[in-house]
Amino acid sequence: MQNLGIDVLFKGTNFLRLLQGLWVSVEISLISVAISIVLGLVVGALMTSENKLLKAILKIYLEIVRIMPQMVLLFLAYFGTTRVFGWNLTAEAAAIFVFCFWGTAEMGDLVRGSIKSIPVIQYESAAALGMNRWQTHFYIIMPQTLRRLIPLSINLITRMIKTTSLVMMIGMVEVLKVAQQIIEANRRTSPNAAFGVFGVVFLLYFIICWPISRFAAYLEKRWA
Amino acid sequence: MDTNVITEYLPLFWDALVITLKIGWQGIAVAFVLGLLDAAILHFQIPVLKRMVGAYIELFRNTPLLVQLFFIYFALPKVGLSLSAETCGWLGLGLLGGAYMAESFRSGLDAISQIQVESALSLGMSKGQAFYHVILPQAVSISVPGLLANVIFLLKETSVFSTISLMDLMFTAKDLIGMYAKTTESLFLLVVFYLIMLLPVSFFGTILERRVRHAEFGD
Amino acid sequence: MDELLKIKGLQKQYGNQVVLKDINLTVEKGEVVVVIGPSGCGKSTFLRCLNGLEEIQKGVVLVDGLPVESKKKEITKMRQKVGMVFQSYELFPHKTVLENIILAPMKVQKKKRDEATREAMELLERVGLTEKKDFYPRQLSGGQKQRVAIVRALCMHPEILLFDEVTAALDPEMVHEVLETMIALAKAGSTMVIVTHEMAFARAIADRIIFIDRGEIIEESRNPKEFFEHPKTERAKKFLKTFAYE
Repeated sequence: MQNLGIDVLFKGTNFLRLLQGLWVSVEISLISVAISIVLGLVVGALMTSENKLLKAILKIYLEIVRIMPQMVLLFLAYFGTTRVFGWNLTAEAAAIFVFCFWGTAEMGDLVRGSIKSIPVIQYESAAALGMNRWQTHFYIIMPQTLRRLIPLSINLITRMIKTTSLVMMIGMVEVLKVAQQIIEANRRTSPNAAFGVFGVVFLLYFIICWPISRFAAYLEKRWA
Repeated sequence: MDTNVITEYLPLFWDALVITLKIGWQGIAVAFVLGLLDAAILHFQIPVLKRMVGAYIELFRNTPLLVQLFFIYFALPKVGLSLSAETCGWLGLGLLGGAYMAESFRSGLDAISQIQVESALSLGMSKGQAFYHVILPQAVSISVPGLLANVIFLLKETSVFSTISLMDLMFTAKDLIGMYAKTTESLFLLVVFYLIMLLPVSFFGTILERRVRHAEFGD
Repeated sequence: MDELLKIKGLQKQYGNQVVLKDINLTVEKGEVVVVIGPSGCGKSTFLRCLNGLEEIQKGVVLVDGLPVESKKKEITKMRQKVGMVFQSYELFPHKTVLENIILAPMKVQKKKRDEATREAMELLERVGLTEKKDFYPRQLSGGQKQRVAIVRALCMHPEILLFDEVTAALDPEMVHEVLETMIALAKAGSTMVIVTHEMAFARAIADRIIFIDRGEIIEESRNPKEFFEHPKTERAKKFLKTFAYE
């Protein structure tokens, strides 16, 4: 193992630091997902409205998110706001802002898709049973929408965690940055550390994301 | 915003666009081939290979491209596998994309009912003929929306190429911000060039999606 | 006598569950055999064994004296002799009517496009669908789709045609056009094995009726009228009673 540089991780607090670095991305992801889900529910509901202006605005919003790389959005939020508005956002605030901006659009689209996927006849049969609008939504539409939505939202968590690896680019010290620092510090004693350390980072991401996406797949199958 | 600065930087961004597109499309081509191959292996349940493909898909779908690139670019040389940054770029994108394309192709293949195959077989076609003439064309047209979404996703992902010192759009912008502090102009050009790169794909994609749906099935 | 199809001691099982037991049947050239029986009795499975879509565990199926074996390479040759029409039509949705019909003649029998097209058009004419040749399946009614499916099978010049509940998915007013087509084929001397729930049709078209229940041939009759009016077995009586309302 010596020559592959995994031993480096067991020196001092290195492994702990790596995990702390990972937690930085995971924490940002979880905060962003939580906010995105709440805002996404609202945006998704708005997307099904008949108001033309509202629809157009939301469509542009969605298209921006669809074609702009998250990294570009991060740069705009972090470097751009300082320049244009004179704000001095911390990297963390910029990251959370961008991931919410992105996540809300994604979530909104999922919500819209789930609502639209409920056939009209479901509304009609509820009406035929004498339910009012509120009862129809609460007892008939919402439970079905949620079953479609929950697995998709869980998937959004893994996508968020993967995407937050980008925060390194605006100077945040997350797992990859820590990895680089460890490799750098041990350059002389362990020249091959890059293999072991980056290999472990690779696996750490997999260990976090894989169970979550399996769980989402399981729910999707069960509720299909 | 200083227009002189913009005209001055414009050529740099054009060069960066060419590099980004070149590596991006190479990667996407690899992803298509790899994805189709994987999907066929999974669809036909080829023993041993299907397990390997399954593991590959899970591994690459559940890790970020940034981490994959770091591993390929910085870690593999330590075990004697040194690749140029450009090769790492298209290879990494191709491996990531292959895992996503495989899923899209597969959902298309799985959407074709067994009895369609049987009807082809009952006409005397071999399994290969049934796959090529009956399953594949239908599966591909069902997969088109998913494949297109993947293409856009992969073109966006090219923005992490800068981390392995490929001089793509992101790299150029970062460089200009860092060196000359021309933040506003650089960011402006960055956005414009990503729009140049992705708007046509998005637009063309929407048209293609409609055409495939309608022409093929005669609506 | 010209034996086209011979089935000897056919047994089909899924795991331990026997779905067809010791089926023996000989079909002569030009004969129309109608297979009836309650849902789930195994009649569709039986039909699928005849062109090797289902593997059989015991017995043999011989077409023209040659065995139908689903795992063998020759199966594609055998299937060209046995045409099949499905309940759900199974036209290829990405191809037009004409392309659907000429695909197999061109790719399997290596016919020239012109020749295949000429034959296809003649057959389409017989079912009155020439003007639909460039339509996609989605643009056709169920009855039209099923007639195209019949033409598609015919264009391979099979020696025997299998029909698997071909009217079951159709709207009532379209059943007639498909059945008319089949009666015309029978009159022209085609050899056919038909699985159906249309009793009046069975009676009109059949040279022979086979009644299957729980995977076995229970009753066989060369006189359809006699069978429907005075079935010999209790099980056939009970089955036919389910079609009567009193």
